[in-house]
Amino acid sequence: MIDREILLEKMKTSPYKPMKAKIIKAQMLTDKEKFFRIELEGKINLSHQPGQFVMVSIFGYEEAPISISSSPTDKGYFDLTVRNVGVFTDKLHQLKEGDTVGIRGPFGKGFPIDNMFGYDLVIVAGGLGIVPLRSLIRYIMANRNDFGNVQMLLGCKTPKELLFKEETKEWMRRAEIKFNCTVDRANPDWKGNVGLITTLIPGIDINPSRTYAVVVGPPIMYKFVIVKLLEKNIPDHQIIVSLERRMRCGLGKCGHCQIEGMYVCQSGPVFNYAQLGNFKGECHEKAI
Amino acid sequence: MKYAVINKEDLNKWLEHLKKKARLYAPKEKENLFVFRPVKDVSKICLEYIPTILPPKKYYFPQKEKLLKFQVNPFKTAKAIEEFEEFILFGVHTCDIAGIQCMDVIFRESPEDPNYLNRKEKMTIIGIECLKYCDEHANCTSMATHVPRGGYDLMMVDIDKVFIIHINSEKGEKLVTGLSYIKEAKDEDMFRLDRAREEKKKIFKEELAAPLPKVYDAFDKSFGSQVWKDVGKKCVACGNCTAVCPTCYCFDTADDMELSLNDGIRYRIWNSCQMDDFAKVAGGEDFRKGRDSRQRHRYYRKFKYPVDKFNRYFCVGCGRCTRTCMADISLKETVNSLIAGQSA
Repeated sequence: MIDREILLEKMKTSPYKPMKAKIIKAQMLTDKEKFFRIELEGKINLSHQPGQFVMVSIFGYEEAPISISSSPTDKGYFDLTVRNVGVFTDKLHQLKEGDTVGIRGPFGKGFPIDNMFGYDLVIVAGGLGIVPLRSLIRYIMANRNDFGNVQMLLGCKTPKELLFKEETKEWMRRAEIKFNCTVDRANPDWKGNVGLITTLIPGIDINPSRTYAVVVGPPIMYKFVIVKLLEKNIPDHQIIVSLERRMRCGLGKCGHCQIEGMYVCQSGPVFNYAQLGNFKGECHEKAI
Repeated sequence: MKYAVINKEDLNKWLEHLKKKARLYAPKEKENLFVFRPVKDVSKICLEYIPTILPPKKYYFPQKEKLLKFQVNPFKTAKAIEEFEEFILFGVHTCDIAGIQCMDVIFRESPEDPNYLNRKEKMTIIGIECLKYCDEHANCTSMATHVPRGGYDLMMVDIDKVFIIHINSEKGEKLVTGLSYIKEAKDEDMFRLDRAREEKKKIFKEELAAPLPKVYDAFDKSFGSQVWKDVGKKCVACGNCTAVCPTCYCFDTADDMELSLNDGIRYRIWNSCQMDDFAKVAGGEDFRKGRDSRQRHRYYRKFKYPVDKFNRYFCVGCGRCTRTCMADISLKETVNSLIAGQSA
């Protein structure tokens, strides 16, 4: 992959220097989340693994780590989906098609796709967790025959917060998808389940030793979901998670993303649950 | 030549010579304490000093450092620093040299940090070995940083009326050769050096209550210890301990815009894991909320995590964190409490 070599060379000469990139599509998905399609200068492919992240720069507003939500099989561009939660993301939301941003990366370790070949998959997405998982799902859809059964459990607070609605219909055609929304008041036209995403797990039909579970969601969700997956006898090294931390440099130096001795920006953000077993108390996602 | 000798009365002459070679930084007195400063007047240099308020890290890992020059429209980026300046650190204690070695490990690890490495390349280190204790806060003997173990170009030892200089690099050799007043050390000089080191052994004793492997074990088993709650109750989260630590390197980045709002510079600025928002993410979750967990993190980053990763303790025993602490948190006491907790 020549593009990958170009990127590595750039990183080596100046790892703090962002590449120029253009927003080629910008669209609000919900009240809070905006979708961006981004093209690197020279149309270089980002050559990432699903599950990796980039550092997005807006000069004057610094940088933020954003997970990539497109698959490396989507060529010539990559996608980001960003919730407006602070100064940086607010500024990012103001940007539109044709505007420029800086990109560093891709950083970190992605989902262990090669290990997952030939396995059945249970993908559990809570809220914004679908954003990095979309990179994996799109990869799977592009290489569908490499994988066994694919089941997806999607959870969100209310039906109107569901991201990628149209795409989900296509995924549904090719994988089994179970929806779950923890709604206080369900709309009359909502046909999905109601309740916590954990209530869906006991009902899934799997052969645990041949199954990978991939879980991404808010920090609070993990321990409850993981307990249920372990009850289904899925081995801990086949339970894959992606952890949200405050990455600042992406280079394993600045210290912000550290969980005990581990730099999440380099060793993660994707981990298997066996790896979390070594943490002594700083990993809030760990089930007790 | 491996060892050289200089008479003390010739020291200032040599310093004037060094000053001409490159920018020279050395310790001097400031309000009853000591600081590394650029040398203007060589007679103000003080070689008998307790560890300076800040370690010399401010010169190879500046508190505020330019990372990138940028322009918003049209989008442009450029190196912020074209050329790094040659400099000499003079009179560095062995504990601080051990600190520099720790930083090397961090910034050399892939992906490398070119800013640090470029600065390091231009740096010459002239150390001075301590033959007596600075004060009761040091734990350099326990950390085995009280004697020179590489990492310097020249190392001076104060022996009566002379300094014996160990020449440890070509760069260092060039600074002592061709000068009439610096001569090759003779057997009798080496004999006096050996004797000084023997005397030193009688003075420097391990300051922690157990040898290092036991200290490591204590940390391994003390994650949930009451000691952290006690330390957390005292801590005021000021971040002094991390600012003065020769091996603390956590940072944040910040953009500084010119009035035009089009051109600017991205800086790297020292940051501290003791600050309350250090590990907080955009979604609101704070992964080290209490001062107890943040202090514990600081200690584990000295005595546990880097040992697992690099087989290297990141405490160099300089005692600065204890000296500077506004809440009287003592590193020696904290570590000894952990050891005591294990044997109890």
